Amino acid sequence: MKRNILVNGVFAGMVLLMVASCTKKLDLTPTNDTTSEVVYSTPAGYKQVLGKVYGSFALTGNSGPAGNGDVQGIDEGFSDFYRLFWKAQELSTDEAVISWGDVGIQDFHNMNWTSNNSFLTGLYYRSIYQITLCNDFIRECADDKVAGRGIKGTDADNIRQYAREARFLRAFQYWVLMDLYGNPPFVTEASVIGGPPPPQASRTQIFNYVETELKAIENDMPAPRTNEYGRSDKAAVWSLLARLYLNAKVYIGTEKYTEAITYAKKVIDAGYSLISNYTWLMRADNHLNTSEFIFTINYDGLHTQGYGGTTFLTHACVGGTIPAATFGIAGGWSGTRTTKNLPNLFPDVTGTADKRSQFYTSGQNLEIANVTTFTDGLAVTKFKNVKRDGSNGQSQDFSDVDMPLFRLSEMYLIYAEAVLRQGAGGDAATALGYINTIRTRAYTNTSGNISAVQLTLDFILDERARELYWEGFRRTDLIRYNKFVESTYLWPWKGGVASGTGVSSNRNLYPIPSRDINSNQNLVQNTGY
Amino acid sequence: MYCERLLRAIVFPCLLLLSLTASAQEKTITGKVTDSKDGSGLPGVSVTAKGSSIGTSTGTDGTFRISVRASVTTLIFSSVGYGTQEVSIDGKSSVDVSLVIIDASLNEVVVTGYGTSKRKDLTGSITNITAKDFNKGSIITPEQLIMGKVAGVQITTNGGAPGSGSTIRIRGGASLNASNNPLIVIDGVPIDNGGIAGAANALALINPNDIESFNILKDASATAIYGSRASNGVIIITTKKGRSGKMKLNLSTQYSLSTLPKQADVLSPAQFRDYVNSHGTASQIALMGNANTDWQDEIYDKASTTDNNLSMSGAFKAVPYRVSVGFLSQDGILRTGNLKRTSASITLNPKLFKDHLKIDLNLKGSINKSRFADEGAIGTAVRFDPTQPVRSSSKRYGGFFEWQDPSSTTGLRDLAPLNPVGLLEQRIDKSNVSRSIGNIQFDYKLHFFPDLHVNVNLGYDVSKGKGTVYIPDSAASAYRRSPDARHGGVNNRYLQKKSNTLLETYLNYTKDIKSINSRVDAIAGYSYQDFSATNYNGELDPNGILTDANGKKWTPYSDYATDGFLISSPTFRFDKPQNRLISFFGRLNYSYKGKYLLTGTVRRDGSSRFSKDNRWGWFPSGAFAWRIKEEGFLKNVIVLSDLKLRLGYGETGQQDGIGNYNYIPRYSVANSRAQYQFGNTFYDLYRPDGYNPNLKWEETSTYNLGIDFGFLNNRITGSVDIYLKKTEDLLSVIDQPAGTNFSNKILANIGDMENRGIEFTINTQPVRNKTLTWDLGFNITYNKNEITKLTFTNDPNFPGNLVGGIAGGVGSTIQIHSVGYAKSSFYVYQQVYDKSGNPIENLFEDRNRDGLINVDDLYRFEAPDPDVFLGSYSNLSWKKWNAGFSLRANLGNYMYNNRFSNTGVQRNIIDPLGFLANGSTNLLETNFTGNGDKYLLSDYYIENASFLRMDNFNIGYNAGALVGKNTNLRIGANVQNVFTITNYKGVDPEVSGGIDNNFYPRPRVFTINLNLDF
Repeated sequence: MKRNILVNGVFAGMVLLMVASCTKKLDLTPTNDTTSEVVYSTPAGYKQVLGKVYGSFALTGNSGPAGNGDVQGIDEGFSDFYRLFWKAQELSTDEAVISWGDVGIQDFHNMNWTSNNSFLTGLYYRSIYQITLCNDFIRECADDKVAGRGIKGTDADNIRQYAREARFLRAFQYWVLMDLYGNPPFVTEASVIGGPPPPQASRTQIFNYVETELKAIENDMPAPRTNEYGRSDKAAVWSLLARLYLNAKVYIGTEKYTEAITYAKKVIDAGYSLISNYTWLMRADNHLNTSEFIFTINYDGLHTQGYGGTTFLTHACVGGTIPAATFGIAGGWSGTRTTKNLPNLFPDVTGTADKRSQFYTSGQNLEIANVTTFTDGLAVTKFKNVKRDGSNGQSQDFSDVDMPLFRLSEMYLIYAEAVLRQGAGGDAATALGYINTIRTRAYTNTSGNISAVQLTLDFILDERARELYWEGFRRTDLIRYNKFVESTYLWPWKGGVASGTGVSSNRNLYPIPSRDINSNQNLVQNTGY
Repeated sequence: MYCERLLRAIVFPCLLLLSLTASAQEKTITGKVTDSKDGSGLPGVSVTAKGSSIGTSTGTDGTFRISVRASVTTLIFSSVGYGTQEVSIDGKSSVDVSLVIIDASLNEVVVTGYGTSKRKDLTGSITNITAKDFNKGSIITPEQLIMGKVAGVQITTNGGAPGSGSTIRIRGGASLNASNNPLIVIDGVPIDNGGIAGAANALALINPNDIESFNILKDASATAIYGSRASNGVIIITTKKGRSGKMKLNLSTQYSLSTLPKQADVLSPAQFRDYVNSHGTASQIALMGNANTDWQDEIYDKASTTDNNLSMSGAFKAVPYRVSVGFLSQDGILRTGNLKRTSASITLNPKLFKDHLKIDLNLKGSINKSRFADEGAIGTAVRFDPTQPVRSSSKRYGGFFEWQDPSSTTGLRDLAPLNPVGLLEQRIDKSNVSRSIGNIQFDYKLHFFPDLHVNVNLGYDVSKGKGTVYIPDSAASAYRRSPDARHGGVNNRYLQKKSNTLLETYLNYTKDIKSINSRVDAIAGYSYQDFSATNYNGELDPNGILTDANGKKWTPYSDYATDGFLISSPTFRFDKPQNRLISFFGRLNYSYKGKYLLTGTVRRDGSSRFSKDNRWGWFPSGAFAWRIKEEGFLKNVIVLSDLKLRLGYGETGQQDGIGNYNYIPRYSVANSRAQYQFGNTFYDLYRPDGYNPNLKWEETSTYNLGIDFGFLNNRITGSVDIYLKKTEDLLSVIDQPAGTNFSNKILANIGDMENRGIEFTINTQPVRNKTLTWDLGFNITYNKNEITKLTFTNDPNFPGNLVGGIAGGVGSTIQIHSVGYAKSSFYVYQQVYDKSGNPIENLFEDRNRDGLINVDDLYRFEAPDPDVFLGSYSNLSWKKWNAGFSLRANLGNYMYNNRFSNTGVQRNIIDPLGFLANGSTNLLETNFTGNGDKYLLSDYYIENASFLRMDNFNIGYNAGALVGKNTNLRIGANVQNVFTITNYKGVDPEVSGGIDNNFYPRPRVFTINLNLDF
């Protein structure tokens, strides 16, 4: 009996001990991830988040080249900002067609996209993702938070500057949303994570917000060309303002050509100059082009890998009989070409006279019988992962080519166009001079220069195509010239018809993706979708 | 940590207690046990001394001999299928006993989770399958033992690779995006179903030969005792235990030959030449070679499997034991694949203090050594040009023929398929996985209050998976693959460890209260389970090239070329994901007059995966059963031997599929290939990750109505169950309003879904006499799944969530989750056909009549899950012979034939990228060119994949004492995957998920086996 009591006692004790010792152990934290308090405890941590705020332009996620994406619901390789932006701006125009069969991609050229288009959805979420990152970062850069973490002096000044740059990047993405989708949802650093669905802002409200933000930071940004390569400065702010004002008539119905001239001029006078050789613009070592590039997305074949950006631009254009090795890549993706409208703007397709005419013609047909056949349509050789000296970039699979979001030529063209459109503060002679500066570089001599009478608005549009093709401008330009949806300007397969056709004018705006319409009851779909 | 120490502190002293043994004074009893029906001797009857663990069992003629302590007064005789008898031995040295066959099924003991119950007392829907009913043949993983046996349970093998597992669905699965896998409990230890690096399947690490029974808990009144993990049903696996008596050995050995039942239909070399000659350009025609290669012949081969098992069981002094070892070697029909498993198990089941303390110790361990064949070869064997030879004249690429492009850096034609034989032979992908599951369970009946038991269960499930992948630098698949194209090949390692610990304790009170005709059986308990894994990205190494946060040098495991060149390196040396569950549970069974049965259970679970506000959940259930047969008005209806009505309701939860830390705001560091450059410096990036502080359990409410019946002395038994399962707060990856989170899609509790169905099971014995018995069984299940809510706003214009990625277009999907439809319904364009019924390429119905064919014209067409599935078996025993088969059928399951859509088009055969590829003969029917972006999503490729399959046919002979006295030899032969009847045009109509693309074919397996008891 004694032993029984003992055994009972031991059991009861054991049970109690175990129950008592192991409860309240449900607070577990990850091993390698960390919290905002740790991240923002040092100035270096701030800079690493600033890196992400910028890096989300170039990268698709936290694991290069893919595997831990930022944007969900789309193939990660497709979810890259510039790749999506490029598709929306170029595939819908005469400058580019693509042969692939991915669901929805042919809708761009056919101009029959819907609010379920996964590329338009991906771009929308990518842009707002970067805005959300900026908002969070700007919140964490607030003076009281920085001071509360014991960061002072130059470090605190640097963080204030980081915040201004985040505001610039946010303004840039709002410009993207306004240009493409018109009326996006509106979130700022005042919107909390996990908060209620944000309100929708009209195109005019976004225009005003972007303008106000840019002007608010304008004076405190670093002088042109004084910030680290890859970071923004005063010239980047001015360039975006110039672009915004050039299109103000489209965005808000009010002309702002005078302001466009003012801000283009500020950039032009800030000490930039064109590099000597146009064909060096989009090459693996184009970080050397700092005299011309105002603000770039920086890619790197080893350290900044993804399947978008210039990796897409240097791979998708290679197919047919094009030797991949001449592009510094392991193999092409057989995707992108151009309609005949673009090569027809040049005196020849071989680049003999105008060096900007960079096309591959062997085995390629000028005419497009079938959009999905790579050999229909000339291939474009503007983007190559090779250096000025012909040697390859660091990687065969990922491009080193940086992508300028603003470069000097655009400012010359804005100035000239705004002058022709009766903006004040500029003059026709200067405008002609700028255009001929561009053309002198293109022809490597003055043989392509034009006279004052040749400088017309239509000439500017064509010149923008010759100078800036495949750099993400074409859709915006055609809309400004009323040539995007109208039947007055056609290109092969426009609207899905071989000879081209006009489409409904509501297609000047892309639809708000139905997925967001669905999760945010504040949003109203754009007309016609 | 403290808990682990505690475990050790408790386990070892208890083991010492086992050394207590019986005292010396003994007497010997002999006798014979016979069958009351015909007087024949009954072999294998267990004979135990009441009040001790001493026991033996009868020999082949029914005789026994047992030595017991002098104080023993009673012997207990028991045998499966017979009534247990207690016989007094006071003053006797010999007793003869005659056992009576009883209605076994009603008194069968069914494991219910934290206890057992007799079948007749069950209130919930539980199916019990024991070893005698298991599927026979070459069974590699445990769940295949019960395939097709249980209504409402659908088991689909994941293909034919060695050791590959199965997808198990009980009543259709309760979740959409989280897990639909049932909880699996082995000997009281809920196991980690998550898998381990280097093993095809976690269950493959368990030797099926050690399994005694499966208990499948289907409705919530049965499963709710497992609370938050029970929504998808619970499978309780019990392993074989030691039996008292002298040592018995069993040796089984089997040899199997696996063959490929059917090749994928591709163009023959002659058809291919004709096609290229008539459709290709001159330069494409010139690409053809002179060989005639059957690439599928080159990659598949007959494969053999040997499986040898030895078990010993008996009692060592007072301690019943069972020890088993198994050796399995299985080759895959896809060449180079192989699995070698060595497994061992030990169970000890001593009883101490006059049976007041029962101890069950179970230890199982296995070591799996695998070589994985490169399954990419399955797809490239279909696509590789049949006019090309396996080997080229050149030594480049290991001497294998490959498509070449002199202008590319690697010399290989970009995007061309790689030589399938090269893929197989040049990839050496090996793993070594060890796993041990064990527990020690104490059941102590209090000395001063024997109605009360204290049960303590301490368990663990640890595993370690490591492996290497080696590809020589000459192999085309890894040729000059480094970014600078200077280094090739692969030489990688990986290592993962998992450690799950369990501590459970409960009190069990059982009382017959005769005065009020009642019986009470109640438990109350506590459970703690910790799941932790360590995923290593490298190892400590004084010469390592990286330094961790603690300043220690380490060598990364990540991606290397064969020459050791580091292609990419990880950020952290290891990651250690972990989650915990703490639970309190209780159950009350009340029975009145043995006719009216009530069960109530409740469980409160807390999970580390949720924030404090949502951490704890209640999971109650209630059930009522009425044994109508026991009522006076039925008592004398002889033909009806059993009739019971069951009603049950319960709420269960589900948290699998949620990340361990998804509710916590956190920043993660990007890897070294996702840095960003400012100036000349590349920065490591901090990203704020999306999170959802409001995550909580998925909750499923299940209603169940069941009737159990038996006729003719239970020669016909069966049951019907009708159920409705409603899942609320369904975890769904939903779109966040843009701008409100760091991820545009986040896992949130948003949707609702329903499964409703009927299950019917009948088991009969049409013939039962001394020489011939025939068992026949049949089960049928109808299940309908419907999503009832998916989004916050329920916008009718929202099509749903796209799922089901397919080959052919990057990012293309073929399925959708939509409100009002079954999950994963196919989402396709409606094909237009010409007058003779052939599809017209790129012509689709403009379903919304807006003049455009675009995503708005996609429609939902059928779904991959069957509406009805059936299982049937037949076993015939005649004298010493037996034969049986099992059949299984699915009806109304649809499949997307991705092989047809991806390879059966001209663009695939005559690829514009400068190579030729073979494809499906479907090309000759459609003549599709493959231009355009919509043909891939045509409903033409959705086929009805209903099928009838004979899973197993077996025949056996019991040779008896052929090799000596007291031995018994059985010989058997069987065929698995005997035939399949289907209209589906692909290789196999049964592919989990409903997308058929390069599925590893299930082999047809011929097995012979020998089984010797001695």
